[in-house]
Amino acid sequence: MTDSKYFTTTKKGEIFELKAELNSDKKEKKKEAVKKVIASMTVGKDVSALFPDVVNCMQTDNLELKKLVYLYLMNYAKSQPDMAIMAVNTFVKDCEDPNPLIRALAVRTMGCIRVDKITEYLCEPLRKCLKDEDPYVRKTAAVCVAKLHDINAQLVEDQGFLDTLKDLISDSNPMVVANAVAALSEIAESHPSSNLLDLNPQSINKLLTALNECTEWGQIFILDCLANYMPKDDREAQSICERVTPRLSHANSAVVLSAVKVLMKFMEMLSKDLDYYGTLLKKLAPPLVTLLSAEPELQYVALRNINLIVQKRPEILKHEMKVFFVKYNDPIYVKLEKLDIMIRLASQANIAQVLAELKEYATEVDVDFVRKAVRAIGRCAIKVEQSAERCVSTLLDLIQTKVNYVVQEAIVVIKDIFRKYPNKYESVIATLCENLDSLDEPEARAAMIWIVGEYAERIDNADELLESFLEGFHDESTQVQLQLLTAIVKLFLKKPTETQELVQQVLSLATQDSDNPDLRDRGYIYWRLLSTDPVAAKEVVLAEKPLISEETDLIEPTLLDELICYIGTLASVYHKPPISGPPLAASSVQMGAVDLLGGGLDSLMGGSGFTAPGPAAPAGMGAPLGSGLGDLFDLTGGVGTLSGSYVAPKTVWLPAMKAKGLEISGTFSRQVGAISMDLVLTNKALQVMSDFAIQFNRNSFGLAPAAPLQVHAPLAPNQSVEISLPLNTVGSVMKMDPLNNLQVAVKNNIDVFYFSTLYPLHILFVEDGKMERQMFLATWKDIPNENEAQFQIKDCSLNADAVSNKLQGSNIFTIAKRNVEGQDMLYQSLKLTNGIWVLAELRIQPSNPSFTLSLKCRAPEVSQYVYQAYDAILKN
Amino acid sequence: MIGGLFIYNHKGEVLISRVYRDDIGAVQLPVSVHVVVTSLWPCRRNAVDAFRVNVIHARQQVRSPVTNIARTSFFHVKRSNIWLAAVTKQNVNAAMVFEFLYKMCDVMTAYFGKISEENIKNNFVLIYELLDEILDFGYPQNSETGALKTFITQQGIKSQTKEEQSQITSQVTGQIGWRREGIKYRRNELFLDVLESVNLLMSPQGQVLSAHVSGRVVMKSYLSGMPECKFGMNDKIVIEKQGKGTADETGKSGKQSIAIDDCTFHQCVRLSKFDSERSISFIPPDGEFELMRYRTTKDIILPFRVIPLVREVGRTKLEVKVVIKSNFKPSLLAQKIEVRIPTPLNTSGVQVICMKGKAKYKASENAIVWKIKRMAGMKESQISAEIELLPTNDKKKWARPPISMNFEVPFAPSGLKVRYLKVFEPKLNYSDHDVIKWVRYIGRSGIYETRC
Repeated sequence: MTDSKYFTTTKKGEIFELKAELNSDKKEKKKEAVKKVIASMTVGKDVSALFPDVVNCMQTDNLELKKLVYLYLMNYAKSQPDMAIMAVNTFVKDCEDPNPLIRALAVRTMGCIRVDKITEYLCEPLRKCLKDEDPYVRKTAAVCVAKLHDINAQLVEDQGFLDTLKDLISDSNPMVVANAVAALSEIAESHPSSNLLDLNPQSINKLLTALNECTEWGQIFILDCLANYMPKDDREAQSICERVTPRLSHANSAVVLSAVKVLMKFMEMLSKDLDYYGTLLKKLAPPLVTLLSAEPELQYVALRNINLIVQKRPEILKHEMKVFFVKYNDPIYVKLEKLDIMIRLASQANIAQVLAELKEYATEVDVDFVRKAVRAIGRCAIKVEQSAERCVSTLLDLIQTKVNYVVQEAIVVIKDIFRKYPNKYESVIATLCENLDSLDEPEARAAMIWIVGEYAERIDNADELLESFLEGFHDESTQVQLQLLTAIVKLFLKKPTETQELVQQVLSLATQDSDNPDLRDRGYIYWRLLSTDPVAAKEVVLAEKPLISEETDLIEPTLLDELICYIGTLASVYHKPPISGPPLAASSVQMGAVDLLGGGLDSLMGGSGFTAPGPAAPAGMGAPLGSGLGDLFDLTGGVGTLSGSYVAPKTVWLPAMKAKGLEISGTFSRQVGAISMDLVLTNKALQVMSDFAIQFNRNSFGLAPAAPLQVHAPLAPNQSVEISLPLNTVGSVMKMDPLNNLQVAVKNNIDVFYFSTLYPLHILFVEDGKMERQMFLATWKDIPNENEAQFQIKDCSLNADAVSNKLQGSNIFTIAKRNVEGQDMLYQSLKLTNGIWVLAELRIQPSNPSFTLSLKCRAPEVSQYVYQAYDAILKN
Repeated sequence: MIGGLFIYNHKGEVLISRVYRDDIGAVQLPVSVHVVVTSLWPCRRNAVDAFRVNVIHARQQVRSPVTNIARTSFFHVKRSNIWLAAVTKQNVNAAMVFEFLYKMCDVMTAYFGKISEENIKNNFVLIYELLDEILDFGYPQNSETGALKTFITQQGIKSQTKEEQSQITSQVTGQIGWRREGIKYRRNELFLDVLESVNLLMSPQGQVLSAHVSGRVVMKSYLSGMPECKFGMNDKIVIEKQGKGTADETGKSGKQSIAIDDCTFHQCVRLSKFDSERSISFIPPDGEFELMRYRTTKDIILPFRVIPLVREVGRTKLEVKVVIKSNFKPSLLAQKIEVRIPTPLNTSGVQVICMKGKAKYKASENAIVWKIKRMAGMKESQISAEIELLPTNDKKKWARPPISMNFEVPFAPSGLKVRYLKVFEPKLNYSDHDVIKWVRYIGRSGIYETRC
């Protein structure tokens, strides 16, 4: 018997026929009818009208029929919530069935019916199933908790399911453990501050035991969870690594990659002198190579990850160059990735082999691949100095092929080679000039023009060449126009006598006929320079350029560290960190249906929940969090806070000794809802510093720079610059110890430096942190007493009103004041940027300079830091 | 986790659609809108259509197995002309998703054979049942066919006894999820196949650019009870370890041992034991399974050597001469030998002369295909061809794809030897000696290419 007949096209009146069949007395006919319904559903027909009739078929002994009805329910329940209630009884009954398969089926399906009304009926059966004697039911129930949490998080917390789930981590059955870990990890992701996955050496030990016994998928869940754990010292890290390494021999590539993630992460904690460290490095290479014999799709995932690993720890794969050689039949996505890794691994030792390969690739068919291969040759030249000559001659050979895109690509990279090795390979310019006519891509044209301008004094007919470009000036792209302008100015400065006319022509084209502001501005600047002080013009335009380095394509170290934590996941495939937190759902509403269907190309750029790295990030991240930011800047709640909150004096964060002469001192401030990091950069070295950039590691409150670090002019020796770097709190979140620890990386033209600093918590106190009186009372009662913490603020001589005013300046709001037996009691509230409320009671005795501060908060770990903030504010 | 799973035919029509999470293309229309919209799956349909429009119907060749459309990620694999796509909005474990899709293909193949549109339509109810079982809320669950077949049968529910039911559930969730208890055979028998594919990339001058063997040990076991097995091979590390006691033996067997670069095992193998003692012990699934995969790069026996000679005679003629030499014991026979010599796209005619086998120019494949049924070791054979070309004004040179080879030899090119496979079943009364064991070695060409 075949089922394909159900897919046959239908005529009008089908629904009525189906209805009749569904209500038939004959079991066989009923089943046939349900199958037809499911088939119609699959191809996208609307069969929701049959809802009551299908639900009527639910009461049956036939498991197959039951599963079909359940499938229908899962799809349509949401659109017919009232009808869905009809099914509840059967579910509840099935949850009591003697057959564990049916009990599990019922609880599994119920979780998939995402109707609010049903969830309350789900609680009782779920509670029973979580404690079921049969492990199959328990493992299904564990996942069901995650499902329920997705529909109604509050309900899950109120019903205490989270605790039951935590207990399941100690279950005797490994699969139950694995599913519980998966469910808890997912729930914990939406509560970054909570301590749900309370990982400690004991629970880690349990997970490691279950790791040996559970299914391949379970091993992945457990390993991914382990990767989030922070071992307390290197010994613990080593012992976990020892127990994870056997996973590297698993047949499932995902298990291997997740194990690699754990090892890469924990390796950070091991001392490099340890024998074990070396052993571990050696053990990592073979499994990574083996991943390349998997199916192409997995190879692609593996290669994207290896790309990260090679940047982080080049020593692991440095001898494995050959396995990344491209095979003729590799899919194009594998080829391109392999090429990338080949360049990263290229060194003096293997450069001859690599070049021979690259030359081979440059004759292939796929245009993208060929271009990348040509570009790779150029990168080799820049990376391995000894090979530069050979690379240049290879590129010249390729130019001789006259294949249009090969020539263009070669010219682009030769320009870079000139910038790395000035005055060395200029003899090839003649050959390049021969190909002038065939260049039709802006990048290649711009590169060629740059070369002509830069070496104008050695090219006899430089003026003619440049003039030929000038004819179609307005049709060129901006890139070419700008380059042409600069090149002609250079030419003029080098050969002023014969090119006066040319330079005037280009200046007038750029300033008078163009409506591009960049071009106009550059034109005017040149014009003024040339007319006022030609000597200065020469110094500026013909200044010696810094050499380019080979590392321009490396991923930024802090981002790299972050991505290493995501090995195996989509983030590692896209090389972009995921946006954390729940606001994704909100943003997707805006995308809308039309966008999904029509917006092919531009939406492709968007990345799924991923933002572009680098300076573009703040804008991208801001969007989905729109409402959150709105709250932040909503000032109506705060009164008289315009003066801004207390700012601590600057302290030295990074001494010059540790950072090759760069000294950084700074402090944090919050003004009118905007957090900023006020920095002073001092150059104590003997050379000029430039190209500054800053990045934060993930931290407890998601602090991140809201704009790139802008140091406008290079920093001369013994000079300082003061910068206020705006911050936001939409970065990725990771709990730090101490909580207010911030790890910062600062880059300049010399190196990258790391330091960490503690930020005062009050910069996170938001302006609408004033709680309603009633709310305050209720919340105070609601928070359990064990969450209360008491502190003493010593040596403070202010009176209650002064205290209140001072604190309000830093967004700590006094809600009520009472006088009890001569003591002033201030009741205060504040809210953190991530929405955590902290309630405070401050007791002030007029005669006693010590105040007593009681803090209550649902996340008690912040209390200590809030106290520190109080202390700092009151004492200044 | 995985938000949904779709199966399409080559036209992009949906054959199977299972949604696990609302967030994929989650356009949460208000209830009133629902009534107006004809299809009641607006959100799902969007994700489904987006993939069709952007990937299946895309004009360009597929540039990546992971596609990002409107913040939603699509993972796809293709089997013949069927597309399987997993969809998600979260930062899922990408490797896991692909492993799962492959597994899904394996499971379907085990149930109904080839994955084709016809078979999928014929078994759509079964597929939905499987998807419900092996993927829960997007989390993969036990997907071992052996276990699944005990309770997903397509027979409706047979009245199982309580004992049977709990046996099923304990197997599905148990430590030995791949094998059920109470298996009985009158004749205990096992087959071991060492299947190797040898890969080579050689320069025109005969220099080995890269060579490796990727091997698999496939076991077919028909054993009663819950047998403990122990597998041994001529792994260099093991032999050297044992050799320490008897120095004499090291000299003898040391030569024959092989260095394994890396190996991976079926999930039944106790990995921690392999890590500490390098011994391979396991309780096998019933029937056929892949025990291990391995990779070697040292001392590989390359069964054939290809010596190409391509000469361009003017602009309209190419002369090609290819010699193949077999390089193994003369007593052994290689089979199914095929040499594929690529020809330029502007080939107008080809004349071939070969000493052995049959050679043909296949215009549709742009290649001369030379087939030899059998060839003994230490022999050589030659083909020469004259290729006439149409004059073209295409500036681009011919890319000269490599000459590739296919063959099958009755030995393991890596040199791997099975030393023993011991079986212990303490509860039943059969011993290792009663088990009938078969071992077979097959070496095949993987990607075996010589540039010309």
